[in-house]
Amino acid sequence: MDELKWTPEEIMTIVAARHFRNDAMTFVGVGQPSVAACVARLLYAPELTLVYESGAIGAKPTVAPLSIADSELAETADVVVSVPEIFKYWLQRGCINAAFLGTAQIDRFGNLNTTVIGDYSKPKVRLPGAGGAPEIASSAKEVFVIVRQTPKAFVAKLDFITTVGRRKALAGVITDLGVLRPDRITEELVLTECYPGVSLDEIRAATGWELKVAPTLKETPAPTEIELAALRDLQERTEIAHRGRGTFDI
Amino acid sequence: MAEITTLTTAIKELVRDGDTIVAEGFSHLVPFAAAHEIIRQERRNLTAIRLSADIVYDQMIGMGCIRKMLFSWAGNPGVGLLHRFRDAIENKWPAPLDIEEHSHAGLAEALTAGATGLPFGILRGYTGTDLLQRTPSVTPLACPFTGETVMAIRAVNPDVAIIHAQQADRKGNVLMWGVTGIQKEAVFASKRAIVTVEEIQDRLDTMANAVVLPASRITAVVHAPRGAWPSYAQGYYTRDNEFYRAWDDIARDRDRFLEWMNENVVGTAVLQNG
Repeated sequence: MDELKWTPEEIMTIVAARHFRNDAMTFVGVGQPSVAACVARLLYAPELTLVYESGAIGAKPTVAPLSIADSELAETADVVVSVPEIFKYWLQRGCINAAFLGTAQIDRFGNLNTTVIGDYSKPKVRLPGAGGAPEIASSAKEVFVIVRQTPKAFVAKLDFITTVGRRKALAGVITDLGVLRPDRITEELVLTECYPGVSLDEIRAATGWELKVAPTLKETPAPTEIELAALRDLQERTEIAHRGRGTFDI
Repeated sequence: MAEITTLTTAIKELVRDGDTIVAEGFSHLVPFAAAHEIIRQERRNLTAIRLSADIVYDQMIGMGCIRKMLFSWAGNPGVGLLHRFRDAIENKWPAPLDIEEHSHAGLAEALTAGATGLPFGILRGYTGTDLLQRTPSVTPLACPFTGETVMAIRAVNPDVAIIHAQQADRKGNVLMWGVTGIQKEAVFASKRAIVTVEEIQDRLDTMANAVVLPASRITAVVHAPRGAWPSYAQGYYTRDNEFYRAWDDIARDRDRFLEWMNENVVGTAVLQNG
């Protein structure tokens, strides 16, 4: 096998970008989900309606935002609503079609932990907590999780259940090694796609439970030159845009 | 009627030891200047509420102002974890920190219920999560009409709300735009409200349905230009992303943190533009 022309993080972001839909109101957080959303807007879903929990609906970021309330999100949005409004009138009401979430830990049923590593009362690592994730996962019609596949992240038992994986809504867990989807009957996550150059042994070793593999397992199409160029150019522009000490507009 | 005053006076008269405060700002218009004055005046035993607790709560925790935090997210946006918050929870430094945590939707509901004067708010959520075991202010409730199980979230009514906005007029009516988060609910839920602003104008030049907080609901307005730095004020200045990144290093080490706070917050004079 020739040396791969992409990093694990690049293929994870590109595969995630392929899952955005033009006609979907899509809830995203910062980090990987936002980077993937920016690539999707460039290549696959230019009319995508991006929704941020800060209340920005229809944001059109040209670079990946650092926070969920970056000024570019507010300035390019179709409308900016208050936080109670975004959670009550939009999310809980069922107006959000898709959502992309990150996590620190995930279990075999797609439950997520972003609260603590270790014991709750005396944690080894105190993480940021729930944020918008629990209600995003319980209200969006389709939920995707983007997370690097390691034994520390893919655990047999979560240290804390912050967000419940909703079997009917969980559409895919996109990792840096492949894609997992819930089995229709057992509801357990099953490996359905494996990236070019990644072995099954490697994926099994990165999973903290005995991973089930779909009989229909397929190899994910490799990132194209166009996808890689779009992502790298975005990353470069993002880095330049976030440099600097802040400026006065007036 | 709101009084237009200085930051020193507003914090001295309106924020007391043991108070429950809500200093809001959803990554935009974060009230840094007012929080720094709380640190300078050495307030203690505060219960602090915040949806997206960020650097400013990290600073107040590390300086020993906060005893308990009611929150739904605590991190350095786009950068990582909050080291002073972690140190307080993991190692009880500089003092133990009690926490009570929600999801954003849950805490938003608690403040909205507080603003309406109702005892609790309701939402669909929390079912199946461990938050339900850890957070006493959430409990399942049967809908009296359909029987559906919903979650009741106890209302919060803080002693004082602290926010930053773009403009106020000379009577103390406050105008804000862009991402306005949950500031309106925070002000309406609280007994007192301090608003720092970029500019005080003779007249607010805006549409009647812009976000205007009437002077009758605000206790003190303070002219504090750049009072949201290092976050941003739309129309005035952009976010200081480099500072957010630098904070990760500054806050990692206790001595470096204290040195930075003494040099840049405690040892500096408050802006007296009132």
